[in-house]
Amino acid sequence: MNSLIFLIPLALALGAVALGAFMWSLRSGQYEDLDGAAERILFDDDESGDEVPNLHR
Amino acid sequence: MSCCAPGTEAAAEIGWDPSADEIRLASRDLGEGLRQTDLSVPAIHCAACIQAVERGLGKLAGVESARVNLSTRRVAVKWRGDGPPPLFTTLEGLGYPAHLFEPETGEEDPEQTRLVRALAVAGFCAMNIMLLSVSVWSGADAETRQIFHWISAALALPALLYSGRIFFASAWSALRVGRTNMDVPISIGITLAFTLSLYDTLHHGQHAYFDASTSLIFFLLIGRTLDHIMREKARTAVRGLARLSPRGATVLRGDGSRDYLPVAEIEPGMRLLLAAGERVPVDAIVEEGVSDVDCALVSGESALQPVKAGASVRAGTLNLTGPLTLRATARAQDSFLAEMVGLMEVAESGRTRYRRLADRAARLYSPVVHATALLTFLGWMIATGDWHRAIGVAIAVLIITCPCALGLAVPIVQVVAARRLFENGIMVKDGSGLERLTTVDAVAFDKTGTLTVGRPTLTQTHIVAPDAMGIAVALAARSRHPSSQALARIEGVSLAADLSDITELPGLGIEGRSGSSLYRLGRASWALDEGHEQHGTVLSKDGVLLAGFTFEDTPRPGATETVAALRDAGFGVSILSGDQVPAVAALAENLGIADHQGGLLPGDKLGALERLKTRGHHVLMVGDGLNDAPALAAAHVSMAPANAADIGRSAADFVFLHESLSAVTTAITVAREAGRLIRQNFALAIVYNAIALPIAIAGLVTPLIAALAMSLSSVIVVANALRLRAGRIHKQNAGVNAATRQAHRASQTDLAPVR
Repeated sequence: MNSLIFLIPLALALGAVALGAFMWSLRSGQYEDLDGAAERILFDDDESGDEVPNLHR
Repeated sequence: MSCCAPGTEAAAEIGWDPSADEIRLASRDLGEGLRQTDLSVPAIHCAACIQAVERGLGKLAGVESARVNLSTRRVAVKWRGDGPPPLFTTLEGLGYPAHLFEPETGEEDPEQTRLVRALAVAGFCAMNIMLLSVSVWSGADAETRQIFHWISAALALPALLYSGRIFFASAWSALRVGRTNMDVPISIGITLAFTLSLYDTLHHGQHAYFDASTSLIFFLLIGRTLDHIMREKARTAVRGLARLSPRGATVLRGDGSRDYLPVAEIEPGMRLLLAAGERVPVDAIVEEGVSDVDCALVSGESALQPVKAGASVRAGTLNLTGPLTLRATARAQDSFLAEMVGLMEVAESGRTRYRRLADRAARLYSPVVHATALLTFLGWMIATGDWHRAIGVAIAVLIITCPCALGLAVPIVQVVAARRLFENGIMVKDGSGLERLTTVDAVAFDKTGTLTVGRPTLTQTHIVAPDAMGIAVALAARSRHPSSQALARIEGVSLAADLSDITELPGLGIEGRSGSSLYRLGRASWALDEGHEQHGTVLSKDGVLLAGFTFEDTPRPGATETVAALRDAGFGVSILSGDQVPAVAALAENLGIADHQGGLLPGDKLGALERLKTRGHHVLMVGDGLNDAPALAAAHVSMAPANAADIGRSAADFVFLHESLSAVTTAITVAREAGRLIRQNFALAIVYNAIALPIAIAGLVTPLIAALAMSLSSVIVVANALRLRAGRIHKQNAGVNAATRQAHRASQTDLAPVR
């Protein structure tokens, strides 16, 4: 019973943090291009080479 | 370079590149000399495309950054400098033709953000309350239960106020005008459930329905958000299409200087310069120059009209062969386009307001629910005299019958159907369009640009000299005239290489020299010496006939199959065209359409639709031109191809992106199956109520039963919606050859006969 006193607020706080994080990501435009985000994962991040990889070869 | 085949995605014709002035006019000022231009690039498909476009544009001088949005197929380019960088030629060089995107409509959608936020809050609250409720159901002792109820109440309050707002606002706006919609019983249900639970919590009651109240909000918001996102996606796709009306025009001032002015600032009397390939911005009279204008989009006429000084041209027509100097005779808002807008408004007010299926269900449903709850309350009052018990049972009745399944029944099916149509290149602007399409029993087509592709194709060649084709194609390649382009598209011809001094003479044709001979391709009366009987388009050498060509506007791919499929399924098929009667009759015979009318003005099209309506038909209008816009607005439901006039596209309920006309049968098939699934879902909801209602009236419903029943009914309804099979595309060949696949499908589409 005593454990509930801090466990429940803790659970709610964790949930609230997740909710806050979601709201922040929504506001910062991270959901505007979901298809693009899925494809961008395939990029080579180092900007050194200018060669564009042909992913369909 | 490009991995994906551009052109299969959007059949919309990409026009000529906009001028630097037009790009500047369409760009947004970000301050400090930085400007942003939004481009719509329909051919972007994959990671390689993103990189090719971003790097290609990023290398240009003056470009600060280029960011691709793959979902909307758009590129945002930030640039600085006096003139815009060569964005269009660069993109075209990379294999990605682009067009300008409207800056004012590029803003993000506040409604969607509001719905997603409300959904997130409802989800957070509902899940945490459910977590606590599970412990209560599994038998927490009285003291713990009380604490859990209080925490639940604290969580339910923000869900009700923040997320429930969406239902309250909608319910209130319906009640204020004396109507009910689905949101009225929902609002009453969730509010009463919360109030009763709060009362019980205050009085140490055993049951609280906070979980039911919040999960109801959560489930319903899921349906609503999906619905909104789907429609928004379709709307963005339609907005991303190339705009066909000009943004501005070059005005020639009295002192000889030139200004590029937005269309709205053009006054009657101003002199305008119109290059070949530009559309006429406002109604005007030609002052200087000779050219051919294409009126297909404005009047539906397929033949080009030659114009010279003194001729009047209408706003929206396309100047094809030579530069013109015009004198404006009307402001943009008084031009032909405005006339159409006026007709459309009249047409729309005449159309009986369609009541959404869900709203009609709600009108039947909510009185029944409210009456049942009231009777239950009275019954329990009389039987036990315990008013608290009576209210408790009555509210349990409201909660259990609260149309969770009913509220999801319509939107979820429409989301699945819209998604399926989207995959087939058909954009649904409004869910009610899907509902209206199920009742259609007659289809009226426009001719030019709808049943036909709207540009000429070579249908007959009469060759006198053997090397004529090579010369004709070589000459034709230099011209923008649609007939020339049809010739230039012919493949496998060895071009005559030794032609020189090639010039285009507007209204007449093209000529070129080879050695001492003069070759002419064009109007027979100009190219040939006197005394020849030949008509139409010819190729001549020093006035002697080498070859004759016949061009015709050919039917769209899939047109024959689509018309046949529609006729076989019992639809009345007709053609309403603004083109000359013989041209309409020829095509009608070709496609086997008995009912056809030509030479119609926009008002006549409205009249023809009206006559069909009085005969009891629900008409689907398919059209593309400016002159079709009033008819599109007046018809029971309407469709337009992607290359339709802007105003027609916005008036239509559906817009199809692929070239093939089979989109019409696909849309009807999907809409009908969606209609069937919606009715099934209603039936499921009724069955669910028939079982749950007696239990609730008997006072046996506990929060656990309520939660289980509601979740189960929602899951069943969603699962049923996912059974939609029509228009399903198999992944392995998706996007490879959409046109042939659709044409193929059109021949085997099963359209149930209309009853």
